[in-house]
Amino acid sequence: MIIDKRKFIDVLAKGIRFDGRKPDEFRKVKIEYGVTRSAEGSARVTLGETIVIAGVKMEVSKPYPDTPDQGGLMVGAELLPLASPEYESGPPGDWAVEVARVVDRGIRESHSIDVKKLLIRKAELAWTVIADMCVINDAGNILDAASIAVLAAMRDTKFPKLVGDVVDYKTITKEKLPIKETPVAVTVYKIGKELFVDPTNEEEGLADARLTITTIEDGTLCSLQKGGESPLSVDEIDKMIDIAVKHAKVLRKSL
Amino acid sequence: MTTTTYKKREDGRKFNELRPVEAEVGIIKRADGSARFKIGKTEALAAVYGPRELVPRFMQNPKRGILRVHYNMMPFSGSGNRVKPGGNRRSKELGVVIRDSLMPVINLNEFPNAVVDIFIEFPQTDAGTRCAAITAAAMALADAGLLMTDLVSSVAVGRIADKIVVDLDYSEDSHEEGTDIPIAIIPSTGEISLLQMDGFMTKKQLFEAINEAKEAVKHLNAVQMKALKNKYKAEE
Amino acid sequence: MSGLKIKEKTIVVPGEILAAGMDYLPSFGTYREGDNIRAGRLGIAQVEGKVIKLIPVSGRYLPKRGDMIIGKIIDVSMSGWRVEINSPYSAMLMTKEATNEFIDKGANLTRIYNFDDYIVCGITNVSSQKLVDLTMRGPGLRKLRGGRIIEVNTHKVPRIIGKSGSMVGMIKHATGVNIIVGQNGLVWLNSEEPAMEVLAVETIRKIEAEAHIAGLTDRIKEFLEKKTGKKIELGSEQREERKDFERKEFENGNGESQ
Repeated sequence: MIIDKRKFIDVLAKGIRFDGRKPDEFRKVKIEYGVTRSAEGSARVTLGETIVIAGVKMEVSKPYPDTPDQGGLMVGAELLPLASPEYESGPPGDWAVEVARVVDRGIRESHSIDVKKLLIRKAELAWTVIADMCVINDAGNILDAASIAVLAAMRDTKFPKLVGDVVDYKTITKEKLPIKETPVAVTVYKIGKELFVDPTNEEEGLADARLTITTIEDGTLCSLQKGGESPLSVDEIDKMIDIAVKHAKVLRKSL
Repeated sequence: MTTTTYKKREDGRKFNELRPVEAEVGIIKRADGSARFKIGKTEALAAVYGPRELVPRFMQNPKRGILRVHYNMMPFSGSGNRVKPGGNRRSKELGVVIRDSLMPVINLNEFPNAVVDIFIEFPQTDAGTRCAAITAAAMALADAGLLMTDLVSSVAVGRIADKIVVDLDYSEDSHEEGTDIPIAIIPSTGEISLLQMDGFMTKKQLFEAINEAKEAVKHLNAVQMKALKNKYKAEE
Repeated sequence: MSGLKIKEKTIVVPGEILAAGMDYLPSFGTYREGDNIRAGRLGIAQVEGKVIKLIPVSGRYLPKRGDMIIGKIIDVSMSGWRVEINSPYSAMLMTKEATNEFIDKGANLTRIYNFDDYIVCGITNVSSQKLVDLTMRGPGLRKLRGGRIIEVNTHKVPRIIGKSGSMVGMIKHATGVNIIVGQNGLVWLNSEEPAMEVLAVETIRKIEAEAHIAGLTDRIKEFLEKKTGKKIELGSEQREERKDFERKEFENGNGESQ
């Protein structure tokens, strides 16, 4: 627990955090694949003490009338009450919805998945990719952990067999999801005038503002989300993007 | 009742053989106690929070603390389509029977007006989820340092055609000539704290099944004990 | 077969048979059922003569009269303050126990202790219904300004404090960090030197993890010497602490009452 925000900022300005990390230092990331046999693809991401599991289910349904030649993509987030004393049991809170939407947009807007290749029969049948992430232990920065977990789970996904128009979940084919891009989200936090990344849950509660920046491999931005009650200057956004691109490169390598 | 014979289990197990099991304690750092229990492709994570203050106040019991069990399947943990998040009547009922299976060993007299919450989540399922939940929850409660006279160990036994089988997987659980009996046992007394059954069975078969369960939980109890000692072995 | 069924000072789990027959007596954390004495919780088995008891290693802090703890103000009412104390129950600090000064009726109590303030306080009473009363009257009891708080396993607090404060004294001395260890597992640290504060936290985490291993005092001394590059002279309390560890005694200030 941080009693004195002023002091946290002063110390941060000297380049050191309460856990000894530098302001722009991530905790250790570990990615494991195929962690649940019930999903068609899955991954567990451990970021320091934060643990997130993502799983992908593949379903078939009729395409939407406005996109008859495409399959669907859906991303959900569950901030399970087992993961933190602060989470409540019940319908997803604002924060859970925001996490899901930010990760969803990162993947959707980067055209990470070629949804046209999910089509089975035009206007009749198409695959829908449903990725859900579940927070197992919230020790901060679940936004970035969830984003990388969903991406990893998608890369782990193989199509189940289609028998007629029905999915045979017991038989998994060798065919992988048509992934085009690897959009990685990195959230940069602001407190006072200082910027830092990968907060612990204590640091997270203290921050004044955050900017989640999703970039693809060549550094192009594909999604942004500003959160928190304080505004950001253009100069700050400039710095934040550079920090995010740098870390996205490192995170992408751990995939 | 039946004339057919169940000759061989699909996965090659003996009729009284459990699927491979794994157990680990202390996996969720933010919880007061936690555990993971995996049996075959069914995996339960349990986290205990509390004792802690119970709000709203009208739910408090001034005589002793209360135990709440929350059972939930992760959206991708089903064998078919995605499981819609948010719980249903089944998960509510399971929360209640799991709590009742644990209550006999737990003493919350020291915690008037407080609550102990157990959250159970499944990353993957292949039948026997309530049993895995109980086995995991018992470890998590012990990890949380609560007063407990014993652990509780649980397994599903049943009948498929003419055979009594231990630890049914999904294909057996849904067998058209199958009867499933989830049982929880308090190892030190041999008492039964969970007993449900769906399907047909003679009284003789039932007691045969209960005896098989008693044998099987000996192994599960040893696995639970080992996992708990493993977490704390550095303390010795 | 009667007799002891477990090795002394090992971890035992609920339901485990500790001893059979009537040779032993059950004490804290254990119970007798028929011929057997079994563990009634998770803990380290301790045998003293014929008595078997358990030393808890996990579980939340349970408020005890006389404990010095660290709490956080979560509510302010007419008569005083509600304080979160890292336990299943919150506590009450009444105005008359808050300061030595006279407080006017209707005074703005937030001027004395405001929401989110942290205080070092003493527990004066715990009722059967777990109503916990606090006081700010006593040496060292005060509002905390600045610094940070970490949470430690409440069962490791005696080790972190050490005999007559010798362990925490050594950390303070070596790092120059101001440290207060609450019995409720909250530890306050404050220093002008962020790097030293990080080292102090690291040292406390090390004590938490290795509290049981013999020779703790020497290992912590070496660790601090290596990290700070300065020699540490052990005072008389620390030498005593070391002797105690050599005897591997657990009862030393282990904070568990029956």
